Amino acid sequence: MNKLFKSVPVTSSEITPKQLYLSRRDFIKTAGLVAGGLALAACAPTAPAQDASATQPGPADPSIAKKKDELGDPVNAFADITNYNNYYEFTTNKDGVARLSRDFKMSPWDVEVSGLVKNARRYSVDDLIKKFQPEERIYRLRCVEAWSMVIPWVGFPLSKLLKEVVPTSDAKYVRFETLFDTKQMPGEGDPLYPWPYHEGLRMDEAMNDLAILATGMYGGPLPAADGGPLRLVVPWKYGFKSIKAIIKIELVDKQPATMWNDIAANEYGFYANVNPNVDHPRWSQATERRIGELSRRPTLMFNGYAEQVASLYTGMDLSAHY
Amino acid sequence: MSVSTSMKKLRFNLLRVLVHIGGWAPLALITYNFFTHHLTANPIQAIEQQTGIQALTFLLLSLACTPLSSVFGWHALTQRRRALGNYAFLYAAVHVLTFLWLDYGFNLWSIWRDVGTKWYIIIGLTAFLLMVPLAFTSFNYWMKRLGKDWKRLHKIVYVISPLVAIHFLLSVKGDLFNLRGNISEPVLYGSIALVLLILRIPPVKSTLIGLRNRFTAQLRKKKAAPVEPPIKVTGGQ
Repeated sequence: MNKLFKSVPVTSSEITPKQLYLSRRDFIKTAGLVAGGLALAACAPTAPAQDASATQPGPADPSIAKKKDELGDPVNAFADITNYNNYYEFTTNKDGVARLSRDFKMSPWDVEVSGLVKNARRYSVDDLIKKFQPEERIYRLRCVEAWSMVIPWVGFPLSKLLKEVVPTSDAKYVRFETLFDTKQMPGEGDPLYPWPYHEGLRMDEAMNDLAILATGMYGGPLPAADGGPLRLVVPWKYGFKSIKAIIKIELVDKQPATMWNDIAANEYGFYANVNPNVDHPRWSQATERRIGELSRRPTLMFNGYAEQVASLYTGMDLSAHY
Repeated sequence: MSVSTSMKKLRFNLLRVLVHIGGWAPLALITYNFFTHHLTANPIQAIEQQTGIQALTFLLLSLACTPLSSVFGWHALTQRRRALGNYAFLYAAVHVLTFLWLDYGFNLWSIWRDVGTKWYIIIGLTAFLLMVPLAFTSFNYWMKRLGKDWKRLHKIVYVISPLVAIHFLLSVKGDLFNLRGNISEPVLYGSIALVLLILRIPPVKSTLIGLRNRFTAQLRKKKAAPVEPPIKVTGGQ
């Protein structure tokens, strides 16, 4: 029946390198915009053409769906990762982010790395991708609302970037900031939140190899709904620490203010390490629901990354530094 | 005369039909969305949240009937109050059942360990348990049998509605006293509950009824002595 579509063996030399297809995609987009602009100029009342690439496309590499994390749990479906997003810059409705972020402009995108560093400078996301060669990292993401996913990020260790700018000896913390643009991110008009989103890590946390800056997901670019084009991923902390759409990374000497800590300090600490023994004051953190599963599963200390990160917190009272 | 009474009957029935359609529609929609996978990637939480909102909405609607009738004169509503309250119980029951069954698989030990000491659960569960006797006695038989006590018993709803609003507020991320976070929805529902309760305080109620009577009396006066003579209708066209 399906003889028509035989799978043809492809040699690796025929596969388009990601760099290239990404830049092609940009070229097509730009060309489309220019052409659209010309068409608009030519005949005034024309409806703008629907950008086909703007809707959530499928995963760049569907075979990734079969991968598992190191504990043997499968990665979540691309559709779930891109349609269930806590991203209040767009909306507090998790299933509304994909639609609202469809036209989010991710290119060009610059991030400023500054503060207590010897080589402060701006990088474009393309620079970062060229320089630091992102690789796949399959991580669990545990939301403070007690749900979790396994996500195949593409990213590079934050430490690589920090080493490049050379922090001074006074630099003790890293502060991150999200784009503030109420035209593109309507949720940032909500006065009940201290926008723009801001987060922070202690220097040794930021230098840990698990902490990455993600530029992609499922083998393709990072969708806007998931924090594209550039986000932090700190898998041993609750999801809200992993700030999205970063435009600024600043090295500072004092513990920076962080978004949810500003909103409710008694409920969301600076550290926000995943910890089944320390409850949120109003709900339990002992169990979680993996998206795609029905029953609850126990939450793991440091989200299952204790071996790699527990030493960062030796001697600290984790119920006081929640 | 007979036309107007039958119209009245029709309108009366229309309101009744609307209440029942409105009562079942959200449940039908949630069920449909569940089976067609349109309840986000986390359907159990979506059911919990949506049934919770519906329960509170119907609770507030049932609570709105009396003031809308006594203060604003929409008397037909008092006939619909009981049905609205029963729909509130329906959604609260689905809400609690989803939590116990779908969310925790009736694992009572796990529930106790996870949330046994959490205020939002204690308050929510209290509100639900208080609703049970009201739903149980909502039949005509009990209404007749309990007589005056029926009304007295059903005043528990004045306690239930603020409890549910607090339960809602405690389950979102945010801080009411800091006016920060995801609090606008629970604050909106809570304020409506508060207004509906304030409208029941005797002096508030009598003042508003007095105002209304003065207003309608003035309207009547205006009608009785029109400023301009009525326009004469001259022939057909």
